[in-house]
Amino acid sequence: MAGGAASGGSARTDTYREARHWLLLPSWVVLIFLILIPVLMMLVYSFLTKEFRGGVIWEFSLDAYDQFFFNRGLFGDEPPSIEWTYITIFWRSIWQAGAATILSLVIGFPTAYFIATRPEKVRPMWVFLITIPYWVNLLIRTVSMKFVLRDQGPLNDFLLWTGLIDSPLHIVNTNFAVQLGLFYSYLPFMVLPIYASVERYNFALSEAASDLYAGKWVTLRRILLPAVKPGVIAGCILVFVPSLGSFLAPDLLGGAKNFMIGSLIEEQFKGNAGNWPFGAAASMILLSMVLIILIVFARQQARAEKGGA
Amino acid sequence: MKHLTQFTAAAAMALALGAQAAQAEGKVVVYHWFEYMPAELLEKFTEETGIEVVMDTFDSNEALLASLKAGAIGTYDVAVPGDYMVKIMAGEGMLDTIADGELANKGNIQEEWADPSFDPGRQHSIPYQWGSTSFMVNRDVYQGDINTTDILFNPPAELSGKINMLDSQGEVIAMASLHMGIPQCSTDREQLKALNAMLQEAKQHWASFNSDTAKEVLVSGDAAVGQIYDGFGAKARQEGANVEYAFPKEGYVVWMDNVVLLKDAPNRDNALKFMDFLLEPENIAAVTNYARYSSGVVGTKEFLDPELSTQPESNPPAEAGKGAFIEVCDEETQKVYDQIWTNLKK
Repeated sequence: MAGGAASGGSARTDTYREARHWLLLPSWVVLIFLILIPVLMMLVYSFLTKEFRGGVIWEFSLDAYDQFFFNRGLFGDEPPSIEWTYITIFWRSIWQAGAATILSLVIGFPTAYFIATRPEKVRPMWVFLITIPYWVNLLIRTVSMKFVLRDQGPLNDFLLWTGLIDSPLHIVNTNFAVQLGLFYSYLPFMVLPIYASVERYNFALSEAASDLYAGKWVTLRRILLPAVKPGVIAGCILVFVPSLGSFLAPDLLGGAKNFMIGSLIEEQFKGNAGNWPFGAAASMILLSMVLIILIVFARQQARAEKGGA
Repeated sequence: MKHLTQFTAAAAMALALGAQAAQAEGKVVVYHWFEYMPAELLEKFTEETGIEVVMDTFDSNEALLASLKAGAIGTYDVAVPGDYMVKIMAGEGMLDTIADGELANKGNIQEEWADPSFDPGRQHSIPYQWGSTSFMVNRDVYQGDINTTDILFNPPAELSGKINMLDSQGEVIAMASLHMGIPQCSTDREQLKALNAMLQEAKQHWASFNSDTAKEVLVSGDAAVGQIYDGFGAKARQEGANVEYAFPKEGYVVWMDNVVLLKDAPNRDNALKFMDFLLEPENIAAVTNYARYSSGVVGTKEFLDPELSTQPESNPPAEAGKGAFIEVCDEETQKVYDQIWTNLKK
């Protein structure tokens, strides 16, 4: 998106000019059949009547959204009040995903900066090293992480050995374990876009700033950060959005004691509840939230670019 | 998570026998639990009949139902639902009827399993394995009496915060109902409110909800108490954990998994051959030896691992409470139980 503005000045000579209408065809097919149609189906399903034990009856109904926002008591016959259950679940997921994003940013940014400032020849090697753990299946990585963090695991053994702690730290089955799991699952999605931005950054600008008596902190804040902001935002979105809907880390590391958005939706389709319209409605609400976040980001960025120019 | 393991071990065998033969006899498509059937047994079936076995797996009765509802009917020939799910699937019209005389080995079914409440007259199903769901306690951590559901819902201080529950509404709520001595599909408001409150209170003692790793958390010592199936528990004990299976005086859950003939089975004849094969004492005994549960077929004794007859997980003591099947509630009642489960996990 950002690249378009930079290179759009001169029309490029296009070798495949004749074929250009067809170039996007595969993407359109994927987009329509695998994203657009399923999302539209979800939208339709969320307004249908639930069938007992899964499935839908083709009658319009707002029950799913009603269930999400209104509490009618255990037996469904009390006067409606605001339903906090699902808002709490959504809030918990947002909070967890946010914490994981910040953790990724704090660790990912210096890493990306480090890699981008290595000699050009060794940079691919560093990027390669970052991606190696991600060749292993996500499930296996999450389970391994649990083994490391357990009360009798190597981390606690080490800390006990050093004498820093007297009794094992309980990390597994806590929110912190979930954040660690999410952070570790999606770290490369933070590092890679930031790396790409920092690599394109013109370091002469930093030198110029310091020639003009800007301190290191001011240079970072006022020169480097604004320049690499698109990469930082892309990284944050790429970590935040999948974290929001994930259920592997919450289930395995968090002990599944509390629903997250992902497990709540899963329960509606695969669990006892079998309430497809409600699962679809929860998905639509999640989707709308993600869209709103993306739109806010996009507008801010557009405004910043306009302001910069 | 959906485990989609295309089982092609049988294919290798078919090659050895000559792919032509296998081709001619076709295949049977099985929808099964994961890790529930030894690969050698599938090879044996292919060897005897020339029929190739294609297998997909699921990880809960509800997941099986959801997948069939979402349009997988007509893909599979047989599936292996638990007792209450047989009843639900029959009610949904997902099962085909096995006519008299279609199964040569139907007479091998033990009398007590020949006419179960979930499938009267065995019209759609044959027994696969049965067992119980209770819980295990780590004896290094706790030495007192474990044969009470208080261990799960009102535990002694040593066990509080070290309990893993199955992540399954049916198993947790059935056990909680036994604990309180109320019927499983209660419509009594006071009982339901009390059940809701009891679970909220009990939750503070629980470390996690996990079904997939129910065995591992006991073996590793991450949990000192874990709700578990008997055969899975026997495996945990064999893997070296000092754990004991409880038979609570308040009662425990019993279940039976059954092979059902699905509606619109594309290979109906082969499905019946597969079912007949699993009614042979020697074959079903091989499943029992592998899964450590019990079969519902006569004449398996000589083929069984002798250790199974003394396995503590399959032999309740005299003072144990009664085993109870999970019951199927009607829609209105189920709605309240769904709400209680959501309250528990919100």
